[in-house]
Amino acid sequence: MELIQQLLISVLGFDAGSAATTANLLWILLQILLVTISVILCVAYTTLAERKIIGWMQLRLGPNRVGPWGLLQPFADVFKLLLKEVLVPANADKLLFLLAPILSLAPALAAWAVVSFNPTFTIANIDAGLLYILALTSMGVYGVILAGWAANSKYAFLGAMRSAAQIVAYEIAMGFSLVGVLMVSGSLNLGKIVASQQGGLFHWNWLWLFPLFIVYFISGVAETNRAPFDVAEGESEIVAGFHVEYSGATFAVLFALPEYANMILISLLTATMFMGGWLSPFDGLFSASGIFAWLAAPSFLWLGIKTSCFLFVFLWIRATFPRYRYDQIMRLGWKVLIPVTLVWIAVEGVMVWLKVGPWAVAAAAAVAS
Amino acid sequence: MFTTVLFYLFAAVLVGAAVGVVVARNPVHSALFLVLAFFNSAALWLLLQAEFLAIALVLVYVGAVMVLFLFVVMMLDVNVAALREGFARHAPLGLVVAGLMVVEMFQVLWVRRLGEPALLAHAQPAAVEAGVSNTKALGTLLYTQYAYPFQLAAVVLLIAIVAAIALTMRKRPGLKLQDVSKQVAVTKADRLRIIKVEAEKRP
Repeated sequence: MELIQQLLISVLGFDAGSAATTANLLWILLQILLVTISVILCVAYTTLAERKIIGWMQLRLGPNRVGPWGLLQPFADVFKLLLKEVLVPANADKLLFLLAPILSLAPALAAWAVVSFNPTFTIANIDAGLLYILALTSMGVYGVILAGWAANSKYAFLGAMRSAAQIVAYEIAMGFSLVGVLMVSGSLNLGKIVASQQGGLFHWNWLWLFPLFIVYFISGVAETNRAPFDVAEGESEIVAGFHVEYSGATFAVLFALPEYANMILISLLTATMFMGGWLSPFDGLFSASGIFAWLAAPSFLWLGIKTSCFLFVFLWIRATFPRYRYDQIMRLGWKVLIPVTLVWIAVEGVMVWLKVGPWAVAAAAAVAS
Repeated sequence: MFTTVLFYLFAAVLVGAAVGVVVARNPVHSALFLVLAFFNSAALWLLLQAEFLAIALVLVYVGAVMVLFLFVVMMLDVNVAALREGFARHAPLGLVVAGLMVVEMFQVLWVRRLGEPALLAHAQPAAVEAGVSNTKALGTLLYTQYAYPFQLAAVVLLIAIVAAIALTMRKRPGLKLQDVSKQVAVTKADRLRIIKVEAEKRP
């Protein structure tokens, strides 16, 4: 411990006496480790949940051989992938081929830095949090494009091209629906966005920004390349799209981890922006001293429940809808979702101007202060 | 101290990436070096406490513009040899431009050394008080003091988009496209006819 402290001090050039700074730094590193490991574990169990839930929807059992009810299946999958050989195709751009999975994973994990988990815990409580998340999630597309190009394979390249056009199209709709959230919350900080929805179920943004809520979730499904927008993989047309040439650990890092981590992140962000994040739906119903006080208090419990519900919708959609045709995806993105958000932003502007809706009180207070 | 180390680290990577953009043989590698350069300049801006500009740079240039660049560069079969042919011929012109820019940069640094008070004031960003958001300050300025120039710039950009589309859009003869509204408006009666087939008698 002493040695690590000394090392940190000498490397970072802090004053020898500022042990508090070092302790602070270690605490931040510990927080990062905690969140990253939790996200990876959640990803592991989301893959299991996906196979189980879709199995039940299709009257199958899903994985049930490894461990009780198949609960150890994700670990079996991970060990299998890690032990497999990593193949690099002939004539592939070897450096970029191996760099692509990392470029895809890094933004997917880094975006969690500004997430507000409960009223007090955020790794980096920065003011431009929402912009930071938008910037990082838009970085994720590089992993897909480079994977497709570097593999020197026609199918992979087609998948990468489809993915690039799709992500650029849906990012606009996504950004616009977030503009609506910013207009009512007046802040880019995720914690403040949640706090601005205080006041119970009907004060959350989902009711007053309903079109934006729906557009955001649909764009989120499209951004993560999930069914019914999974043309980048399109098993029936282009084999497996951008990750067709990947195997073993690179496959796990390129495809499984970022895709599921992004799914969880989008679910969590939808809960944060539109469903009140860590706020309780029973806000104000129970007295602060009663035995049900914890039900009304804001906590991570509510964020977890809301996130799980949206994750379930991701899986439900996948088991229900057939894949979109490519031109239909483009039409939906450009000609339906973007106009809807534009119209609703205008409507919302009028509502804010006329002081209609639950945010009028908060906005007036913000102006007064 | 730590900030200085970070500055030199990011600056070195930035310069290296910028050189990489020019010397890389593969156009895709060039585009990726440019992404790296953007990213490092965003990091430099973050060190200057201009977090909104830094994140906007990553969001707009790295997240959207360079993706489209890569898209195009990957689709085009760029003939590198043909591009290199003119190199020796255009090299003197390039050197003159590069030389001019170096001179200009040195002039800026020189003036700052002389202690021009106005420049010095810009060189050192005022220490940000706690609770003041960079994004909010920028927004307030853009939507009050500079509201009209800002809107004007937006309109100019919009005109550029419309013009670019109008100039490049052409209808090829013989193009087969689905009319989606027709597809959506289709009814059962248009596609499906139920015929009563007489049951055949077994021989």
